[in-house]
Amino acid sequence: MSAPVYLDHAATTPLDPAALEVMQSCFVQEHGNPSSVHRWGQRAEAILEQAREQLASALGCESGEVIFTGGGTESDNLALAGVAFARREQTGATYLLTTPVEHEAVVKTAEHLAEEHGFRLEFLSVDAYGQVNPDELRARICKNTAVVSVIYGNNEIGTLNRLAELGAVCREFGVPFHSDAVQAASQLPIRVDDLQVDLLSIGAHKFYGPKGVGALYIRNGTPLRPLLRGGSQEGGLRPGTQNVPLIAGMGAALQSTTLQLAQQAEHFRGLRDRIIDQVRDRLPDARLTGHLVERLPNHASFVIPGVESNALLAALDLAGFACSAGSACKTGEPEPSRVLTAIGQPQDLALGSLRVTVGRSTTADQVESFLQALPQVVGRLRSPVSSLQ
Amino acid sequence: MSGGVDSSVAAALLVEQGQPAFGIMLRLWSAGPELPNRCCSPRDMAMARRVANQLGIPFYVLDVRERFHAQVVQFFVDGYAQGTTPNPCMECNRSIRWQTLLEHALGLGATHLATGHYARVEQGQGGFHLLRAADRAKDQSYVLSVLGQVQLSHALLPLGNLTKPEVRAAARRLNLPVADRPESQDLCFVGGADYRTFLETQAGVQPLPGPILDEGGQRIGTHTGLSGYTIGQRKGIGISAQHPLYVLEKNPARNTLLVGPRQALRRTRFLVKRVTWVSGPPSNPLRALVQVRYRAAPVPACIENGTNSEEAAVTLEQPLHDVTPGQAAVFYDGDECLGGGIIQA
Repeated sequence: MSAPVYLDHAATTPLDPAALEVMQSCFVQEHGNPSSVHRWGQRAEAILEQAREQLASALGCESGEVIFTGGGTESDNLALAGVAFARREQTGATYLLTTPVEHEAVVKTAEHLAEEHGFRLEFLSVDAYGQVNPDELRARICKNTAVVSVIYGNNEIGTLNRLAELGAVCREFGVPFHSDAVQAASQLPIRVDDLQVDLLSIGAHKFYGPKGVGALYIRNGTPLRPLLRGGSQEGGLRPGTQNVPLIAGMGAALQSTTLQLAQQAEHFRGLRDRIIDQVRDRLPDARLTGHLVERLPNHASFVIPGVESNALLAALDLAGFACSAGSACKTGEPEPSRVLTAIGQPQDLALGSLRVTVGRSTTADQVESFLQALPQVVGRLRSPVSSLQ
Repeated sequence: MSGGVDSSVAAALLVEQGQPAFGIMLRLWSAGPELPNRCCSPRDMAMARRVANQLGIPFYVLDVRERFHAQVVQFFVDGYAQGTTPNPCMECNRSIRWQTLLEHALGLGATHLATGHYARVEQGQGGFHLLRAADRAKDQSYVLSVLGQVQLSHALLPLGNLTKPEVRAAARRLNLPVADRPESQDLCFVGGADYRTFLETQAGVQPLPGPILDEGGQRIGTHTGLSGYTIGQRKGIGISAQHPLYVLEKNPARNTLLVGPRQALRRTRFLVKRVTWVSGPPSNPLRALVQVRYRAAPVPACIENGTNSEEAAVTLEQPLHDVTPGQAAVFYDGDECLGGGIIQA
């Protein structure tokens, strides 16, 4: 077997060298607490604020509109719950509007708010690609809507939502608009004015930064209550001493990503389209999930009849290819995917999903060897073993 | 790999031999989320992962909960409902471990399936032979008697030549974190409960009291529900008599429990069904040793095939007191396991 090939960049990405470099120097040389008065604290604060500038520059916002969190999940939690509580207090709004194709971090938070805190949760319908139509949003939104949350690039099926159109509707009604851009941030522009969002979640490890750190963009004037109680860090919205090295690494990684955005997206799209094209050619019964064109540049996803995802992923891993089913589950539980069910895939097909996501280091040769192996692996899984009773 | 000492050492020995191995853990059904299956609780899963990681082998989980429930748990429940004493471990080997799991492993590209069972497989004249383990106290050829040539041709049993103390010593030598994990005892899926409680609470088999009859058909007491009794049981009948009383028969249709003296349990002839042979049907009639329980001593017998090849009549040279419907009668020639069948009432 030649060297294993990593085709799971939607799960996580390797570390950008620039991020590693700045983190190393932080870990070794800068132990200060950014809230301290003395020079150690001042240096740490400067590092923190530099990272905030780097993020603000990628987001096209003021640095004061960016707060650091413990990752994409925390950003989603804070955005939804923080705005929901604040809006209810200020305006009495109690409706939450989101979609059935959100990441768990959004769905579970929304469900928690509904079940434990008396909010009313409603789901916007999506089409067969997982997209929300702005007219659907317009028909469902009202002044009593506390917050709208629609995912940007879907982690499982790759589909992009037209955030600017949806954001415009929210703005008409004066309702804060949040988007989970955790997948999109590694490969698409995330300038918040272009996307017309009021809140945007990102997580560093998806864009070649470290794990365990993320950020939330909060447009000036958007009401938000903190979820944690403690000190006044991050404007009191996210108490707790900031993780300076990881935040510095995130800043460097996002800067690096932004600089090579156009070039990388082209690289990704070439590989992605080759995968989509060839998988459908070599496995004629495989179906692409999500939108063919309006999808994450690095993301190809399929359902393959007659195979079960966990077996397929294990067999591919043994053949030297790291892929995913869309939402990782190592316990081997064959549950049909909520997202695939929401876009109308039949249950038996929803068990056989495959997600292939390329990255900066993925080569055309690696993709070719994957395309050769996949039909063999699927064929072996499908062929019954003879005469086992 | 269950996270226990046996399957962990089996995997480690293969890795030590330089075999390109990968690990699979079966996720089995259990009585409830608060009562994980003893073979695959979150703790066991973490332990199996840790062992695989230490050995440097890939590790995957195969979820067979639905199939396990349909094939093994339901078999167990049905058996009790019919008044027999089923052996679910054997059924698990038949339909889960050496069918679903083996198919899955071969589908992933494996050539062989290795397990931590104590038994030996040897290739010789006429194919593959299933032999008792070197450690007779741990021998599991009884529950593997359902395997045929196809399964044995893919089977590796690395512990077959080792004793349990040697396996524990190997675990320590290889620095496996499982060396001192306790031996598993009860049925894996009852979730720590007594099997009677399991039948009541999970399978909806409500204990229905009924008459205890003596051999003359006289009612001499009341039982607390048939599933609580096993053929041959002496303790817990709750009737004082001149001579000790044993459970002779359970009649689910009438909900009666027949008891009597020990000699009434003596059986010299019984029928077996679902007969399987490791190497195909042997000569008929066949003189062989027969073992009527997992832990029973083998005794000489004559086995005659019925009109149907899945049935046979077993005649013992000397009577036994513990021939129990639902249990397996397994046939041996010396150390070699020839096959077996399920004892009929």
